[in-house]
Amino acid sequence: MAEHATGPSRVTYDYVTRTIARTLGGPSRGYFLLLGAAVALLAIGIITLLYLLRYGLGLAGYSHPVYWAVYITCFVFWVGIAHSGTLISAILFLFRSGWRTAVYRTAEAMTVFAVMTAGLFPLIHIGRQWYFYWLIPYPNERGLWPNFKSPLIWDEFAIGTYFTVSTVFLIMGLIPDVAAVRDLATGWRKKLYSLVSIGWTGTNEQWRHYSKGYLYLAALATPLVLSVHSVVSWDFAMAIVPGWHATIFAPYFVAGAIYSGCAMVITLLTPIRKLFGLEELITVSHYENLAKLCLLTGSIVGYAYVCEYFIAWFSGNPNERAAFWYRAFGPYWWATWTMIICNAFLPLLLWIKKIRTNITALFVISIFVNIGMWFERYVIIVVSLAGEPYVTWANAVYNPTWADWGIMAGSFGWFFMWFLLFVKNFPAVSISEVKEVLDPPKRQAVRAGAKRT
Amino acid sequence: MTTHLRVPLPGPLREIFHPPPTPGVLGVFSHLDATLEAIKKLRADGHTDFTIYSPIPRHEIEDALGQAVSPVRMFTLIGGIAGCSVGAWLTLWMSGDWPINVGGKPIGAIPPYVVIMFEMTILFGALSTILGILLNSMFAARRLGTIQYDPRFTNDKFGVFVPTESDKASSVEALLRGAGADEVRHG
Repeated sequence: MAEHATGPSRVTYDYVTRTIARTLGGPSRGYFLLLGAAVALLAIGIITLLYLLRYGLGLAGYSHPVYWAVYITCFVFWVGIAHSGTLISAILFLFRSGWRTAVYRTAEAMTVFAVMTAGLFPLIHIGRQWYFYWLIPYPNERGLWPNFKSPLIWDEFAIGTYFTVSTVFLIMGLIPDVAAVRDLATGWRKKLYSLVSIGWTGTNEQWRHYSKGYLYLAALATPLVLSVHSVVSWDFAMAIVPGWHATIFAPYFVAGAIYSGCAMVITLLTPIRKLFGLEELITVSHYENLAKLCLLTGSIVGYAYVCEYFIAWFSGNPNERAAFWYRAFGPYWWATWTMIICNAFLPLLLWIKKIRTNITALFVISIFVNIGMWFERYVIIVVSLAGEPYVTWANAVYNPTWADWGIMAGSFGWFFMWFLLFVKNFPAVSISEVKEVLDPPKRQAVRAGAKRT
Repeated sequence: MTTHLRVPLPGPLREIFHPPPTPGVLGVFSHLDATLEAIKKLRADGHTDFTIYSPIPRHEIEDALGQAVSPVRMFTLIGGIAGCSVGAWLTLWMSGDWPINVGGKPIGAIPPYVVIMFEMTILFGALSTILGILLNSMFAARRLGTIQYDPRFTNDKFGVFVPTESDKASSVEALLRGAGADEVRHG
């Protein structure tokens, strides 16, 4: 962590514990305002869902051939948001990069809640939610089993595994930290944390098994995160719709997912850092590293855009060419150009160090990247279907309705509600891992301090 | 002095989760190097089953204790292999049990099933890793019994607990103080 160079004396173990423990409890009026806004959005979503249950999916704007629309767009958007959390918590853990310690808990919580949000959309999209269990392979009286050759079943397994593993990974990481706040807390919180920390005391036996297990969990989560968005991309790439049927889809989706996730981490960290006074733990250098990740993945995404258009032209396939012409200059040109400008051109600003180290600028850019990445999925899913060249005489114009926007607003409410509840009740910054990158207290601290400078 | 929540449990469970207290001496240390010195002296003195508390995992402590590699890795390996097998069995057996021709592909098509096998490997591997951590920590806790604890150990202090009979407690106390313990408690 960069604090090594700046102010090591102030950031001690005790300072870390107390600063992070202080963020729990005592919610301010601003917090309740944010939580209230989230719950209000969620209420909009719930009311829309009740209407959908009563009157059916016809309320959403589906029209031939666009039967995958805003709900699937939101599904892919939220799965993508989840990805950078695992990147920061698992992949950067294996790379031993110290800066991740201050931001990974936020990112990981974001992962779990984003997958929880994403998981709602296929259920809403199937229309008859009460039959969702047909996806699960269970013995039934007709001897039916799911079709394992279908990418949708792969997706169910991938998302289910991802949700389970990222949740246990988050909980595992929380145990030592919850124990640390348990030892400072009083009242009902002490009881809650005593239960959640399942008897953690930090003995050498506990650390011995915990550290090894955590390493293996990270090693398992790393290929998992790469597989999940690849499988999501195969939901499209396995079909023969022009604009979907491309071998580039898996890496293209994974890069895009991490890109949007990093942007979302910046979006979420900025208010938390301010509200909770974590300026000494989450510094500008953390933001700069996140911005560099955004720059890298954003460039991959930009390259994928170029590649898609080049291959569409180079293939000589008239259907491919028509689909991509429709994408850029058809009735949905505005969505395509929003996506290209926000995702491929805007991150080029991050080459400039002044912007990379300016938190306000990064916050603004991150919001534009989020918008751009939502439109990327909209363009891929909706615009590819709308411009489908096979039965053009039957194609109708697609327009999302209030039922689409209502569910989408509800999903943001659902996500932010869980996230806000989490950061007020559990340590939003890892206590033990931030301590790990500090110098341990030693009797010869004075000599070591002199050597370091 | 423990801060655990005491949940009333039936007999055999109480034995596992709240083992009877172990008599011994607890030293509280402020410095990592002092703790390491205490470990070295205790090992030289022939103590084996003592416990170190630390707010963070440190390789120095592991090295000083000379611990064996945690058996959690076997849980991960076996869980992963089991998951892969379950994935293969699930897809192949179910396809055979309800054979449907999908797009002219073979009934038991391996390439699409690799995805399921892969996901199941990760799922089972991760869950059995968690099981491994929990079981191994529980076995260790059961072996050591309920030992003295101080809430500062999750914050910024290191601790050394040495199980001893009361007649040898004073010599252990002298050893811990010699290594640089801030305070020493008997219990």
